[in-house]
This record gives sequence, structure tokens and C-alpha cells, in this order.
Amino acid sequence: MKILTTRMEAHPQDSHTLERYQATDGYKAAEQALTSMTPEAVHEETKASNLRGRGGAGFPCGVKWGFLPPDTRPRYLVVNGDESEPGTFKDRQLLERDPHQLIEGTILAAYAIDCHQAFIYIRGEYPKPARRVEKALAEAYAAKLLGSNILGSGFDLDITLHIGAGAYICGEETALLNSLEGRRGEPRIKPPFPAIEGLYGKPTIVNNVETLSNLPWIVLNGGAAYAAIGPEGSSGTRLFSLSGHVRKPGNYEIVMGMTFRELIEDLGGGVRDDRAVKCFIPGGASAPWFTAEQLDIPITIDDVAAAGSMLGSGAIVVMDETTNVVEAAHSIVSFFAHESCGQCTPCREGTSWLEMVLARILRGEGRPVDLDLLLDVSDNIAPGLSWPPKMTTICPLGPSAVSPITSILGHFRGEVEAMIPAEAPVG
Amino acid sequence: MSSWAESPRVAEILGSYPERRSAVMPLLYLAMKEHGHLTDEAIREVGEMVGLTSAQASSVSSFYTMYKRREVGQYLVSVCTSVSCMLLGGKDVLHAVEDESGVPPGETDGTLSVEHVECIGACGGAPAVQVNYELIEGVSPDQARQLVQWLRTASPEVVGGDEMQALFGGQRSFEWGPSESQGAASPLPALEHLGSAENIS
Repeated sequence: MKILTTRMEAHPQDSHTLERYQATDGYKAAEQALTSMTPEAVHEETKASNLRGRGGAGFPCGVKWGFLPPDTRPRYLVVNGDESEPGTFKDRQLLERDPHQLIEGTILAAYAIDCHQAFIYIRGEYPKPARRVEKALAEAYAAKLLGSNILGSGFDLDITLHIGAGAYICGEETALLNSLEGRRGEPRIKPPFPAIEGLYGKPTIVNNVETLSNLPWIVLNGGAAYAAIGPEGSSGTRLFSLSGHVRKPGNYEIVMGMTFRELIEDLGGGVRDDRAVKCFIPGGASAPWFTAEQLDIPITIDDVAAAGSMLGSGAIVVMDETTNVVEAAHSIVSFFAHESCGQCTPCREGTSWLEMVLARILRGEGRPVDLDLLLDVSDNIAPGLSWPPKMTTICPLGPSAVSPITSILGHFRGEVEAMIPAEAPVG
Repeated sequence: MSSWAESPRVAEILGSYPERRSAVMPLLYLAMKEHGHLTDEAIREVGEMVGLTSAQASSVSSFYTMYKRREVGQYLVSVCTSVSCMLLGGKDVLHAVEDESGVPPGETDGTLSVEHVECIGACGGAPAVQVNYELIEGVSPDQARQLVQWLRTASPEVVGGDEMQALFGGQRSFEWGPSESQGAASPLPALEHLGSAENIS
């Protein structure tokens, strides 16, 4: 069962064009919605689908739309295409290979929430996907699928493409809104949530690329049909990015409920060079790691949460038995140190200290107290080191840097200890 | 006034947002295209266009890594060292590029600039490299050396991911589909509305 990738698989040469999109049921959902459904009906179908956000937080899409205040101020829809969580490359494929599917999803969402100005925010490092979206937007305008009086329905919608400039934190929705307002991409304190006070202080919905790409199917086939796919709480298909030491890395669209073992072994071809899995990250660099003993956990939002991690952005990174886990943790912590916006002291200072201590251990200059030091610094960022983390920061970036620390010290403490010289070097 | 500031693109960009300030990011790209990097004067001009002081516009530009405030070479080579690339040898690729180019990180010899970057969304095709943000996936250290030599000797006017992938790439994150007709002629994301997408000859 596939929803998102059927067109690109059947028509690899032109799935990104308007001609192919329209020849394969494209814009039929928009036509149906705009000419024969009320906005409320589109919202109801979305709620009935139980579609949960695909950006990381997994919040029910229809419920989020329901938070918009019932007033007449302008409201905005922002498509989050700032995909940058290490391990994640699914939205890149959707933008590049089927941009009209996203544009149609954007039209449907905008119609449902009575919005007339949408933005698609794509990270600066994705020029090719952005060019495809740019061309698709031009095609859609030329075909009167965007602009005023779309398909003669009286509904108006403009979409502006906005290109980021290299900042992971702009994937956080309030940072993204600041960036779109022409500010530094620093997260805002919530509440107020964007639905109440978002872009330019107006009610705003931020949805992920993959989330919106599901809407044409949902409107055409009905929310109930979507809700019936997969286990309760994890409806629909989902695009997982599989990377690391696997034979066949790539994006796999699957019905949730399959186990990690099935995804890694059956679809991903298993680990390279016939090695064993040592550990894997189940949901992007921010997620606590699982070990080989946890391969049989079903891939659902709730099962992964119950096991102490998160499905996050849907990025699964596999590490084989030869992996130096301190080096892998250092890579992830360095990422967060580099991407910290600097607003909150525990994150700005803490991520850098974690990076320096891990680097010291990697150089063979670690001290026995460094393990406790790592945990102490982590505790200042995410008190109690629980999952989901308690926060001392505005956004979850800082606590995300704690995940690799608790993972290596929780699962591989002996290995880390073995990297510490018996006698600390003099000086 | 700089010539980029008189381009009709400025009005188009300003007109595509409900509030002028939002145009600061695309206008910084426009200014950078003209000068190769962001000069203080260009930052001041962008600020004026959107109603920001020089300090405010400068503060925005310094937040984002893709706005270069120092000189950058004709080709910006970015090597990913985030976790999926690191697991498959991204650091070896970075060292190969640094060694072959002879350019220290963050500096340029006018032709090449080299930098390590955080995740560029090519984890299924690790290790990944970009030249002027055009992507090459599945790059070995040897291929990375050949890429650097090719940039120096062939000195392509416009770089495109498809050509570089065919010459120096390997495993990809997914099937790319048909070849692109446009690429990048400068260290900026190549987009039509930013005036930075050039036809590949």
C-alpha cells in the first residue's frame, strides 16, 4: 500500500510535471473540494483520517487546524520544507519528484482553514527540490490552479516560495516563522502557539511537506479509508529514511506497524558486509538510540514512545558492530552545538561542553570523571535525563543533544570507560 | 547604488510578501550574487530596502551560514560530516578535498572554497558533497580528489548535480529521474527567482 510515492515510481521520468500529475488524478481532489465541498467538510475528512504530523512531533493535523481562533484576521499557512534533522531526506524526494502533490495538498489545507496566502519554506541547501517547486508553482499559476478564483470556485490562494540560508533551527516552527519574517531564526516561547499568534502575529498553521502531501489522497478516498490503514494511532503510510550501515539505504514508504528488523533486513537488505546491528537511531538525530535487542519493536509512534524514544522525523540510522559509538555521539552532539541558536544558556554552553568532552575522550585524553561530567552537563540541559525530556530551554534543540549522551552511557558505558586511559595525562 | 538593486527582481521579491521585512533573506542572496559575498555596503542597501538598519540586516545575515561575509571562491565545495555521512567516511572525504585543493577550511584561493557542513539531506547517498549547493552522492575520497581536479582543469561555467553525479558519484538516496537543465554559476542556491539558476550548456 503506497500513497505518496506511487506516481514517482510509475512515472520516474516526468512525475514532477503538471501534465503527468493531471494525467494521474492530479488536482481532482482540489477540484472536488473547491467546487463541491465546504471548507468544514475538508477539515472533517482530515480529522477523520487521524493523519498525524510527519515533521517530528506527530501532532494530529486536523486537531491543529482546529486551534485557529474563529475571527476574521488574515491567517497564514506555512509549509515546512526545512528538512535538516540528520538522517532525514524524505521531504527532499517528495519536493523533487512530486511537487504538485504538495501544492495540491497546500491548496486543500488552505481551503479548509480559509487562508489565502501560503508560504513554502525550503532549506537553502535544497536548490534542486526548490527549482522543481518553483517550476511547479509557475505551472499551477498558468493553469489557474493558483491565484484568484481557482477553478472558478471563488477561492483565492497565493503561494510564495521562501528559501532558507543554512540553519537547522528554522525547522522548529516558531524559528521558521521568525526567519520568514526576516529575522534571525530564533525560536519563540510557546504559548502563544502559532495557531493563535504566528506569522506577523496572525493565526498561522505550520505543516510538514509529507503531512500535506497526504491530503489529495485523503480527500479523494475519504478520511475513514486513510484511518483504516495501519495500526490505531499511526494511520496511513509513512516515508522512512533509512541510512547508515545498510546495504540498500533509501526512502521506504510503508504502512506503520512493521518492525525495525523487517524494515532494516527485508527492505534495507540488512547490514553491509554481513555484520551485525550494534544499535540504531529510530527517529532522527534527536531521538534516543535503540540496541539490537530492540529490533523487533513495531514501527508505530506509540510503540517507539513506549520504548523510550521517538519516531520523530522518520529517519532510521543503522550502526553496525564496528561502530565507535563515542565518535557517532560526537558527530551528533557537534551538530547540535553548531546549530544551537544561542538564545538559551543551557543549550548554547552545554552542547559545546558536551562536544569538547567527547572530543577529549576520542583523542585518548579522557578522564575518569568525564562520564559523570557528561551526565551532569546533560542534566543541566534536560533535568532528570528522562524521556521525553524536561526542558530548561525555549525549544527542544538542547535536550536533543542529550539523547546520544544518555544512549551511549546507558547502553555502552563499558565501551566508553575503556576509551579512558588508566592514568590521566599530566598537565 | 549597486546594479543588483535596480533589477526588476527586487520589486518582484518585495511584492511577494505581506510585509517588506520578509524580503531581507532573498535580497541578501541577490546582493551576494553580485559581489560574490556580502559587503557591508550591500548589507546596508538591503536593510534600506526593507526598512532595517545596517545593524539589523547584518544581524540577520550573520545568523545563517549560507550568507558569506568573506570572499568565497568560484566553487564552494561543501562536505557533509553529520552522522550518516560520518559513519560511511565523510571525514575522509573532507580531508581528501582539503588535501587535494590545498585550501584550508573557511579560506579560498579565489577558485575553490572548502567547508564542512552539517546534514544536507543526502543520508541515503552518504557520503555527500555539494559544489555551489549542487549535490553529488556516494562520493569516495578518491572521487572527491578527482572532483577537485576537474573543477580546476575543466573549470565549468555552470555546475549541475547530474553531470557531477555521473562523473564522481555513487550510491544515491533515491532515483533522481530526468536530468536538470539548470545549475549554479556561483556559490548560491540556483533558483530562478533569485536570478541564480543558469542553463547548463
